[in-house]
Amino acid sequence: MSRPDNATALATDGAPSATNTPASRIVVDQLDAYFAAVHAVRGVSIDLTDRSVTAIIGPSGCGKSTFLRCLNRMHETIPGARVTGQVRLDGQDIYGNGISPVAVRRQVGMVFQRPTPFPTMSIRENVAAGLVVTDRKPGRKQQEEIVERALKRAALWDEVGDRLKMSATGLSGGQQQRLCIARALATDPEVLLLDEPTASLDPISTQKVEELIYELRTDVTVVIVTHNMQQAARVSDQTAFFLGGELIEVAPTENMFTSPQDERTESYITGRFG
Amino acid sequence: MTDAVARDPTQVTEVATGPAPAGSSRSWTEIGTEIGDRVYTWSIAGFASLVPILLLLIFVAVGVAAWPALRAFGLSFLTSSDWDPVAGHFGAAPAIYGTIVSSILALVVATPLALGVAVFLSEFAPSWLRGPVAFAVDLLAAVPSVIYGLWGIFILIPFLREYLMPFLRDTLHLGVLPLFTGPAYGSSMLAAGLILAIMCLPYISAVTREVLLAVPRSQREAALALGATRWEVIRDAVIPYARSGIIGGIILGLGRALGETMAVTMLIGNRHEISASLFAPGYTMASLIANEFSEATGDMHLAALMAVGFVLLLVTFLVNAIARWLVWQTARER
Amino acid sequence: MAATNGWAGAPSGRQRAVAERTERTIRRRRLRSSVMIGLMYVAAAVAILPLLLIVIHLIRLGGSSVNLAFFTHMQRSPGESGGGMANAIVGTLILIGIASAVGLPVGIGAGLYLAEKRTTLLATTVRFLADVLNGLPSIVMGIFAWELLVKPVRHFSALAGGIALGAMMIPMVTRTTEEMVRLVPISLREAALALGYSRWRTSLSIVLRTALGGIVTGALVAMARIAGETAPLLFTALGNQFWSTSLRAPIAALPLQIFNYAISAYDEWHAQAWAGALVLVGIVFVISLAARVATRQRYGAGD
Repeated sequence: MSRPDNATALATDGAPSATNTPASRIVVDQLDAYFAAVHAVRGVSIDLTDRSVTAIIGPSGCGKSTFLRCLNRMHETIPGARVTGQVRLDGQDIYGNGISPVAVRRQVGMVFQRPTPFPTMSIRENVAAGLVVTDRKPGRKQQEEIVERALKRAALWDEVGDRLKMSATGLSGGQQQRLCIARALATDPEVLLLDEPTASLDPISTQKVEELIYELRTDVTVVIVTHNMQQAARVSDQTAFFLGGELIEVAPTENMFTSPQDERTESYITGRFG
Repeated sequence: MTDAVARDPTQVTEVATGPAPAGSSRSWTEIGTEIGDRVYTWSIAGFASLVPILLLLIFVAVGVAAWPALRAFGLSFLTSSDWDPVAGHFGAAPAIYGTIVSSILALVVATPLALGVAVFLSEFAPSWLRGPVAFAVDLLAAVPSVIYGLWGIFILIPFLREYLMPFLRDTLHLGVLPLFTGPAYGSSMLAAGLILAIMCLPYISAVTREVLLAVPRSQREAALALGATRWEVIRDAVIPYARSGIIGGIILGLGRALGETMAVTMLIGNRHEISASLFAPGYTMASLIANEFSEATGDMHLAALMAVGFVLLLVTFLVNAIARWLVWQTARER
Repeated sequence: MAATNGWAGAPSGRQRAVAERTERTIRRRRLRSSVMIGLMYVAAAVAILPLLLIVIHLIRLGGSSVNLAFFTHMQRSPGESGGGMANAIVGTLILIGIASAVGLPVGIGAGLYLAEKRTTLLATTVRFLADVLNGLPSIVMGIFAWELLVKPVRHFSALAGGIALGAMMIPMVTRTTEEMVRLVPISLREAALALGYSRWRTSLSIVLRTALGGIVTGALVAMARIAGETAPLLFTALGNQFWSTSLRAPIAALPLQIFNYAISAYDEWHAQAWAGALVLVGIVFVISLAARVATRQRYGAGD
């Protein structure tokens, strides 16, 4: 496994990359997730390629959101929730002994289905919200630069660059969601998790978000859960199909949609259910 | 604290148990997080624990202050009417009697009105009227007790003395009943009862309003579909459903009436007397303490007053606990 | 008729009698319904009547004595009109300050605990006991403070009065804080956690900050309530004719002063009592109204 240029908090075990396939940023190994007695994710193993967009599709309730939340140890914040298995980020199991979930979450960015700007903060304060918990807290000037860069990456700078002091709640839904993406990007995560990010957005905002996801893949590993298959086809390099908590099939996106291997995948894609 | 940790499983997994990973620059942050979370959780739990501790302190403080009198008089303290500071005898029966009578009178007057207002607000009021009326009723609870007393002395008592009492006794000929006999000086059980009614009305009304609003639409709609009139819907479908909550509200109002001090002490006449007539002056436990404290002669007198306070504390604690429990029951049944 | 009522033929005599009886019953029930509804309107009017009367009397009897002197001067001897309650007003402010210093941190802390650890044994117990405490007579709070803070040192003090009031504030602020914090959506908490915020930082700089407006409103309402309390002060702060701001000495307070004037024998003092009452009620009403408006604005009309 190749080590990324900037050092991460989790040490690697230094194993050299043996193949010439694209490096796996995240390796999921026999992941099971539970809500008390409910078995929501069943024995999922998957490799997520570095610097690519992986889409996770499947009908409602198939466990895709739960799976996503296991990748940054958010699932366990729910009382009664439990996870077994391994999730190796750059070779280090994030569920390993002694690993702090807070440290994991600082490495991995997440954007939720509904926009969640912090209501008492301005746009600038929202974007910079993640910076206060980084190791090397940036100074005032550096913060301004980081905020500007994040807003540009989120395709929001043009619209709000001149009114950063405005309250975040004054923005439209699409803008708020892009603000949340900017907030996640401000800490320069190497992995970004998106849980149905355009589900509550209008078509134009959806398009803007999809464009920026496509652009992000050059330096961020993106995992996006979506119930919209066209969206998965548009933005992702690799698609995984979940059903009933299990990973049924994973393939490069083009192959998945033109010639799915499993008949359940085919049924879902052709709209026979879900 | 074990409860908090056991119920919140995430706390268990978030504890970093092993050594910090090699090459990591985060170890301090992780320790900081851990310490921060623990300090925070223990702090808020500590503040929360002060609530039961405060209650305990109150019982202990009042109990200790009351002990000399309770020990000296025992149960006769509750049954004797002999309150004689000079001779050293203290019997709180008139005060207890007065508390009960004034509270019952208050509830008898306030409950129908409060229920009426609550039903009005939750079922019939036109929307433009609902807000202001609800606010006005809630404001009744915000008026300080001493101001009710002030108004009572200069407005209510003259009104009673000159109009209402003669009206009840003579015009309506209710004077044949022992309840309405005797000279009408104004300061009386009746005055105290009426002012208490005004004071506990907003509490009964607020709780009733809440439980009525919680009755599901389907109850009302089913009754209407069967052809019930609007009144019948309320009487037969809504109120029975909300019954235990309403009773809880009434008992809550009772709790307030039992403990009211200032307005009562300004209107009740402050006399150690058990009289059948509502026109006569009397005492309540709270007004007795307020009235005699500053002139208490000697330690036993003080202790006796504290003992009255202890009885008051016990009674109001029980009444409030029962009321809250009843209201909680309805909330849980929803 | 036959075509529209579905009967085979014209209604018989007996059928007509039944229909008439049903008509009468329905009319009677409708009448009863209208009467009861009318009574509800009457009840609402009667319930509000005392409030209106009190406000009218306060303005009529107290309005003339409320002037600048009222706020800046102290009491005059009986027989002299005018004067004011400056020491009582300042005393009340000091007492509120002491009470808040005790009541706010404990109340907000406890409220946070109740909102975050909802179902633990401690949380359920505290929630129940806070509600019960809210209903205890305020004079009992006075006795409690007297026994612990006055009797041992053998003198009355503003501190004892303030702490008695603070003890009353604790359950009030606890419950309103809990309610306001519970209104913060879980999604905000999750967003903060996903950014890598620790739990304590999430609770304090995101959740508490978001709920702060409501918490402050609740605190102000609690302060308004205790500002009007007299009974706990009767044997703690005691009241003071003279100007005093010392914490260890008896101190004047607005409701205490109103009480003393009201039960006195002097007309001039009665006038002052009405003026003091008007000022006190004015403050309490304004804060209640502001709180109601603020809560409406933030969370939408409920009622």
